[in-house]
Amino acid sequence: MTANPIARVAGVAAPLLRDNIDTDLIIPSRAIRMNKQGLGASLFAAWRYNAQPRRENPEFVLNRKPYRHATILVGGSNFGCGSFREAAVWALRDFGIRGIIAESFGNIFYTNCITNGLIPVTLERSIVHRLAVEAEGADRQQSICIDLESCTVRLFDGVVVPFNLPSLYRTMLLRGLDMIDVVLERDAEIVAYERRSCTERPWSAASRLTKRRLVR
Amino acid sequence: MAKSGRVADAPRTLIEKTWQRHIISELGDGLCLVYIDRILLHERGGGLALAALSRAGRRVRNPNGVFATLDHVVDTHRGRTGADLVPGGPEFVEALRAGSAAHGIELFDLADERQGIVHVISPEQGIALPGTTIACNDSHTCTLGGVSALAWGIGTSDLEHVLATQTLVIRRPDTMLIRFDGTAGDGVAAKDIVLHAIKMIGASGASGYVVEFAGALVQEMSVEERLTLCNMSVEFAASSAIVAPDEKTFRYLATGPFAPKGDLWERALDDWRCLGSDADAAFDQAITIDCRSIRAQVTWGTSPEDTLPIDGHVPDPAQCRDPARARRALVYMGLLPGTPISGLPIDAAFVGSCTNGRLDDLRAAAQVLKGRRVAPSVRALCVPGSARVKRLAESEGLDKIFTDAGFEWRESGCSLCFHAGGESFMPTHRVITTTNRNFENRQGKLVRSHLASPQTVAATAVAGHIVDAQMLEDAAP
Repeated sequence: MTANPIARVAGVAAPLLRDNIDTDLIIPSRAIRMNKQGLGASLFAAWRYNAQPRRENPEFVLNRKPYRHATILVGGSNFGCGSFREAAVWALRDFGIRGIIAESFGNIFYTNCITNGLIPVTLERSIVHRLAVEAEGADRQQSICIDLESCTVRLFDGVVVPFNLPSLYRTMLLRGLDMIDVVLERDAEIVAYERRSCTERPWSAASRLTKRRLVR
Repeated sequence: MAKSGRVADAPRTLIEKTWQRHIISELGDGLCLVYIDRILLHERGGGLALAALSRAGRRVRNPNGVFATLDHVVDTHRGRTGADLVPGGPEFVEALRAGSAAHGIELFDLADERQGIVHVISPEQGIALPGTTIACNDSHTCTLGGVSALAWGIGTSDLEHVLATQTLVIRRPDTMLIRFDGTAGDGVAAKDIVLHAIKMIGASGASGYVVEFAGALVQEMSVEERLTLCNMSVEFAASSAIVAPDEKTFRYLATGPFAPKGDLWERALDDWRCLGSDADAAFDQAITIDCRSIRAQVTWGTSPEDTLPIDGHVPDPAQCRDPARARRALVYMGLLPGTPISGLPIDAAFVGSCTNGRLDDLRAAAQVLKGRRVAPSVRALCVPGSARVKRLAESEGLDKIFTDAGFEWRESGCSLCFHAGGESFMPTHRVITTTNRNFENRQGKLVRSHLASPQTVAATAVAGHIVDAQMLEDAAP
């Protein structure tokens, strides 16, 4: 899919410093619909709302000022682990989050961020923890900035730290490219590969699969 | 196409051999364009991806290599009519049916005898094969490493990508060897071994790695046990996991209707016998786990790393990796530090899922249940992992053992692994379960999930409280 180009995210950073925040927490299975829009209301539903009657939990970070308008999340290690559900990223986007800073990410979640125009920033644990503490004390005027052009994060104290992002991912985000278009430009390479592998390993070639045979 | 800095005939790992065969080109910074041999779809995302392709005017590049099934949100009650009880569920089912028909993809629909949980059916149908690359819109796709396939779980957009291009852009994985030394004790299941490994490595411990499981214990395991082992590798953040193929693998796959036949099968075997890691192959990281002292395991918290031996006690959060998370987990689970995990009363028991829903798992649970009854206060369910598992289980009378014991006997699907199928356990109910995730609210709002092996779940259902299957006689009322 094509996402809008994104070059930088500046704004309020919400601290959510807990390791292993899974995608079931980010969006409950039952809130998922065919439509990608409108999922923001169910973001972190189990934490954000008290049950019966459903009211906002005033203690949850995204229900507090200034984090209600956060554009950046600061998470612990293995952020977005668990289910493949891309709805987790759609819900974050719909809420207004455009960048996530964490020590590490769930593998599938990381790629889902790239394909949906969210910037996943991996920083070392000590910096993430400092950032979360500072974000907790920050007011609306204070913001941090993720800059994709330079692959850096400007922290609250103005210190600039670099982060790694493969240049292909960076280009995709900056230009809002659809990876399918990028790869289909290499169609000749794919065709050549298929020809070669079909000769070398015909048993795994899909073209050899005969369908509609029933199991014993 | 040797890994840079290595000569072509240097010793290689199983992961490297499979990876290198599938690289179409290098894209910089470790990213590669990787060819994917097989694609599997389920309704939670499959229909969305196919509809998006249609809207973009794109076609499925190789429909022959794509298989679809219904598992995630389908009703698993006996005699199901196809009516779907999940909010919004029917739309997902219909979208996959329509998309499969429009793009010429074979769908194992509810009435099809090949229907089942996607990771259970692809090995039993001979779709997943050693040395192949596979992608599926599901995080437990790593299961297929149990038959020596290199398999990745992907999101819906990447699913669209692989359907259109037959490729994925993947970062070259670092390799991790997890070697299990020593023989495990009686009644210790593959699930216990892998829960112990997750505790040791940590829920984020294998981030960025593909793991090869090896050692005498893995060689002795059945293929179904290896599938369980690889299934849980995503729970320590591995991007995938794999086990070397052997004669057991070949026997398991030989009867699969989609496996190669005749001369092609013989040629495949010649190739697969050389796939295993070379003797001196180097891994980026290697871990050895001594299995001799591993007992039955059960989780106490809200991450699979929160695992205890069944004779253990709920830990003090201060001693945990992330004390704040552990404190929250204890509140959620309604537990106090120092409580023995054995003896904890439970409300429900679940046998099934892509982790433990295969025939061996049902046999292991049935062996415990034979001649026994589930405790009166316990709701117990068995949901076979596939229609084929269900049929084979019934042919050897396992369904009778389950139902005589007081278990519900269901149609196949993911079911209550994640309160799909329109059902959930009751709030604050404590559930002993053979599934893979004990996350908050995973099996229903405020449900407290304890992960364990099929043996432990069966024994616990009978006792009405968490108990080691080996100790069941003593615990009987």
